[in-house]
Amino acid sequence: MSTTLYVPNDSVAQALGADQLAAALQFHALRRGAPIRLVRNSSRGLFWQEPLLEVATPAGRVGYARVSADQVPALFEAGLLHGGAHPSCIGLVDQLDWLRRQERLTFARAGLTDPLSLDDYAEHGGWAGLRRAFELGPAGCVDEIAQSGLRGRGGAAFPAGIKWRTVADQSAAPKYVVCNADEGDSGTYSDRMAMEGDPYQLIEGMAIAAYAVGASRGYIYLRSEYPQAIAIMGQALERARQAGWLGERVAGSDLAFDIELRVGAGAYICGEESALLESLEGKRGLVRARPPLPAVRGLFGQPTLVHNVVSLATVPVIFARGAAFYADYGAGRSRGTLPIQLAGNLRTPGLVEKAFGVSLRELIEDFGGGTASGRPVKAVQIGGPLGAYLSAAQLDLPLEYETLAQHQAMVGHGGIVVFDDRADMAELARYAMHFTAIESCGKCTPCRIGAVRGRELIERMQREPGQPERAAELEALCEVMEHASLCALGGMTPYPVRSAIRLFPADFGLPRPDPAKETSDVE
Amino acid sequence: MSTLPSPAAAPAAPHPDQAAPDKLTPLLERWRKVPGGLLPLLHEVQAAFGYVPSSTVPRIARALGLSRAEVHGVISFYHDFRSQPPAQHRLRVCQAESCQAMGSRELTAGLEQRLGCTLDQPRADGTWALESVYCLGLCAASPALMLDGQLHARVGLAQAEALIQQTEELRA
Repeated sequence: MSTTLYVPNDSVAQALGADQLAAALQFHALRRGAPIRLVRNSSRGLFWQEPLLEVATPAGRVGYARVSADQVPALFEAGLLHGGAHPSCIGLVDQLDWLRRQERLTFARAGLTDPLSLDDYAEHGGWAGLRRAFELGPAGCVDEIAQSGLRGRGGAAFPAGIKWRTVADQSAAPKYVVCNADEGDSGTYSDRMAMEGDPYQLIEGMAIAAYAVGASRGYIYLRSEYPQAIAIMGQALERARQAGWLGERVAGSDLAFDIELRVGAGAYICGEESALLESLEGKRGLVRARPPLPAVRGLFGQPTLVHNVVSLATVPVIFARGAAFYADYGAGRSRGTLPIQLAGNLRTPGLVEKAFGVSLRELIEDFGGGTASGRPVKAVQIGGPLGAYLSAAQLDLPLEYETLAQHQAMVGHGGIVVFDDRADMAELARYAMHFTAIESCGKCTPCRIGAVRGRELIERMQREPGQPERAAELEALCEVMEHASLCALGGMTPYPVRSAIRLFPADFGLPRPDPAKETSDVE
Repeated sequence: MSTLPSPAAAPAAPHPDQAAPDKLTPLLERWRKVPGGLLPLLHEVQAAFGYVPSSTVPRIARALGLSRAEVHGVISFYHDFRSQPPAQHRLRVCQAESCQAMGSRELTAGLEQRLGCTLDQPRADGTWALESVYCLGLCAASPALMLDGQLHARVGLAQAEALIQQTEELRA
């Protein structure tokens, strides 16, 4: 009787020595004549604990945190195979408060399964959504997704139901389903985690979407900075194809659908859906003017449903458990759960999937453990590099689309990056302009030129503090970029810049604003 | 715990013109009729040659029915595609906000000093390139870097220097 050990195959775990740990476990188990079965599982998303070694025991899976290969002999001596006591032991993983207080739906399987095992996926509820989709029929599927209230999880938060109905209504053929896996936003990793940890869920979600809208072909556009996601997704597609979950008759049905994996080439702008479509067509990733919308004329001029990874990965659970079940989570117009990605200066960062409405303070202090440095939180950036900064005084805000919008902030992709009091907000604002200047596709002047001028302006403010007229110039430039840029890259760069100046003027060599003026601004 | 990186598979570069007929032809055959095939083709050319030799551009254009300007535009647009042979070792340090929050600026400055080169400008001797990367998705374990394709997380300067040392010792 062998004992099952789990070592995550996730990029973070790998980057922290998981492959060497796995090799050491195999070696020392063999030397001791102790039979083990080693599973390279998905990550639990407890990233401060990685590499997280787990051992299957009668009581459940026992975890050992931050394990390195050189600790393996001592672990075996401590009775590893029986869940023995050791300084790195964190007890039963399922019982950790950090996990129990979550509401994982999209990431329900995180840490439990071997990502590439079709059997594991099926045993943990996989393909149930697809089977129910076939029962509902294409029109029923579109209704179901609309009733679930799912909004795109890639940043724009567009209602999925409207997109599906629009594509379904087009009579042109062929139609495409495109998965935007070009998640390049700093502080976000849920797409990577979904693809590396639960690839069949994404495949199932794409198949359901294809069935609903009448598409015969899917593409996954995956960024090149994610080598492990590329490797795992590629293998999963091959296995799914061989098992009949992709191909001429998906799961024996009338649906003909297959998916091709394409790798991006380092352009952040290709996370914008029309630039992504240009790139899939083999062109420079220039942003297209709208209309026509991709749903009407997208990839190769055909109706195309474009969704982010997490949006598509959430589709199977909605169908498996019903739209009402999913819609019941959340608050107001923010329905369902959101995978929140804690990052930056935090003691216990990781993936927290919660219904909308959880407060930032709970996420940062309770889940995130406060700053890793122990210093006070100064600023928090939500929604990636184009997200606005919030100050420590705003942490009681709920993570919710409408409320954050009222404070000139956004949920975006669900990434939260925390900075302690050493952060230089002028430098971060300069970086935002610098990043945009590098990543601009060059198509429109406000972005291409504006980002360069913005960077220069902020650099001047850094060199020569105390010039309020520079702030006025920067504000005017931000106004142009916001309203005249063709896409969100140039259009949203003003968000981190303006919020940094508004909340932290001293970092820009500016006086604090007049309290009375501040009040009138709010009104 | 430092991880020993596997050495880069630096192709011993035969002259591209000599190698081109053998290496390039099957790639062109594979991708010429695939819709939107230019990007995957360029990825495979770069994997085969280490970069995209300018001598391959006319043949790529002809095979795909594109102009040379279109192919050139795509090569120059995407950060990943190189028109020159790469350095022997590429150290890509994440510059994004989460890694900044955990000290990537200081790490980058330390590495510039250690390697004797400036970020995003390869060393003149062609041995090392220190490059910006914007997000490896390891944000919960910042700072992060990629050395010759291998990911490393929670990296301080001392560990990064140890990785460089190991890489250089492997080469010797």
